[in-house]
Amino acid sequence: MSASISIKNITKRYDSVTVLDDINLHIEDGEFVVFLGPSGCGKSTLLRMIAGLESITEGSIEIGEKRIDTLPPGQRGVAMVFQSYALYPHMTTRQNMAFGLENVKVAQDEIDRRVNDAAKILEIDHLLDRKPGRLSGGQRQRVAIGRAIVKEPKAFLFDEPLSNLDAALRGRTRLELAQLHQRLGSTMIFVTHDQVEAMTLADRIVIMHNQKIEQIGTPMEIYQYPVSRFVAEFVGSPPMSMLPINHIEKTADGVTVEVSGAGTVATAITLPAEFNAKDAVIGIRAEDTEVVSEQEDGLDLTIKVVERLGDRTLLYGTLVDGTELIAEDSGRSKVKAGDMVRVAISPHAAHIFDGDGRAHHSKMEV
Amino acid sequence: MAESYRRSRWSNGLFVVPYLSVFLTLLVFPLGWGIWLSLNKVDLFGGERFIGLKNYARVLSDPIFGQAVKNTVIFVGVSVPTLVVLGLFLALALNKTTKGSSFLRGVFFASSILSVTIVTLIWRIVFIPNDGLMALIFEYFGWQPIGFLSTTGWSLFSVGVATVWWCIGLPMMLFLAALQQIPKDLYEAAALDNTSRWRVLTRITLPSIKSTIMLVAIIQVVMQFQLFGQAQLMTNGGPAGSSRPIVMYIYEIGFLRWDIGMGAAASQILFLIILCAAMLQYWVSTRKEETDA
Repeated sequence: MSASISIKNITKRYDSVTVLDDINLHIEDGEFVVFLGPSGCGKSTLLRMIAGLESITEGSIEIGEKRIDTLPPGQRGVAMVFQSYALYPHMTTRQNMAFGLENVKVAQDEIDRRVNDAAKILEIDHLLDRKPGRLSGGQRQRVAIGRAIVKEPKAFLFDEPLSNLDAALRGRTRLELAQLHQRLGSTMIFVTHDQVEAMTLADRIVIMHNQKIEQIGTPMEIYQYPVSRFVAEFVGSPPMSMLPINHIEKTADGVTVEVSGAGTVATAITLPAEFNAKDAVIGIRAEDTEVVSEQEDGLDLTIKVVERLGDRTLLYGTLVDGTELIAEDSGRSKVKAGDMVRVAISPHAAHIFDGDGRAHHSKMEV
Repeated sequence: MAESYRRSRWSNGLFVVPYLSVFLTLLVFPLGWGIWLSLNKVDLFGGERFIGLKNYARVLSDPIFGQAVKNTVIFVGVSVPTLVVLGLFLALALNKTTKGSSFLRGVFFASSILSVTIVTLIWRIVFIPNDGLMALIFEYFGWQPIGFLSTTGWSLFSVGVATVWWCIGLPMMLFLAALQQIPKDLYEAAALDNTSRWRVLTRITLPSIKSTIMLVAIIQVVMQFQLFGQAQLMTNGGPAGSSRPIVMYIYEIGFLRWDIGMGAAASQILFLIILCAAMLQYWVSTRKEETDA
């Protein structure tokens, strides 16, 4: 039932403004792909173009082997769950779910079977005779998903469907969506600006930035090997700290960099000959740091804020020259704001970004 | 501190005094006085004499009043649905963001700002025999001319046409406002649901603006029951009273025959008719909504 999706050379322009620029992407049958990016990067536009709600300026979209970008939305074989759910307010849950099937003249007993099955999967069978106005946000969300399921589409499109839910419900629904994907095995595209949703749900994440695809990869590839400074800073919480590099020295294992007057960091990164050192930075994630004793090598960090998360403690501080660095300590850390601690950095975990923002990583597994 | 907020004080009532005084002076007092007048024999220049419900009996037994009620009910029965349907049609057609539709919205609304004198003048020029626009059109096609303002049946129709032309702006604007409140993503969901244009209209658009349709209908029922100026200026209620509405009857009794008591009684009856019509409409619509739920 589900199918692969091929997006070929898609460009979208509104007059002189380019919103999407030559996008190419192949999504496998049954894959869960998340479009992730900041507001205005074009991710929702791309999804709406697949749905047929936006026209495309150039390029083509295929679902299965069939080109669909010239078809009206209803004939593309996709179902969409909107951010605001877009349930028909004067229809009951059952009518909302059945409406699309009635439009294409599906037999009544088949409609009933599909609606009842979907309602059972989503545990909304007791809500079938209620109108959306009498449902909570989470229930509406399920009805919207139910309306998509009954259509048995080739692909599901989700446009930030969790952003209107409270934090607890968002977490639960996220889990349920993952289970739903396992159960249905359908192709799903999910648009979000929330990296936690992207990391937890996706088979592959498509990071979008400045009208283009910045990186495509599994969640761990994106996290561990970001292709650019933008991806590195966008994915991960707390964000990766970026320390300006003053000097780079080649060593047997890689390079050692001198960080803006605060000391040196040894890395296992091999830099190419054409490396653009101007404005280069070293990127360090909090979990790749360790608070060590004063006798060991490391950078001295003056702690400004301590965030105790229970299982770990985040230390927000500044180096001698004022550069900010976020370090991590154990949950039982005794460090207080105002303390100075020495922080060591794992040589395989650092990332170096050249002046153009391109990333260079250690070749070894982190 | 909290206690003083919770305690209700008489002085708080001062906030509503400005409105209440206007409401009492301009609405409640005239209504009460009108009812009182309707129970008295009152001459425009003479004194009052309490006569109970006799004025009502006189009004209700007056065949001219019966004819006026019949005229008005027919007028409302035809003009209100026309205003609702036509207003809705225009709003649906002009619910776009193009310059052309903005211009046309302005054009259709422009008639609403004219005074009844201008409106009737325009429509007299259209309907007047011999040199009127309709007469010229009929002559061009070689059809038998119709005395639009002087034939029983056609005279009320002509007043209706002028009224719809004059009043169409408000329903159109109210419908446009309601249509623009419908979330765009409902239509997108409908597009993904393979919905035909007819089903989009009947299953999504109309149910979404149901309350506005009701509002427009009630406003128009209340307004059109008070038809006066157009009939007065276009046909003077004629021929043979076939286009005389209730308000014109009240005017004639009160200000031409100087029988204020009887005019007041007819006014109270009109008030009751409008109230019942509006309530009936409200009741029918809410009852249907309950069965829908």
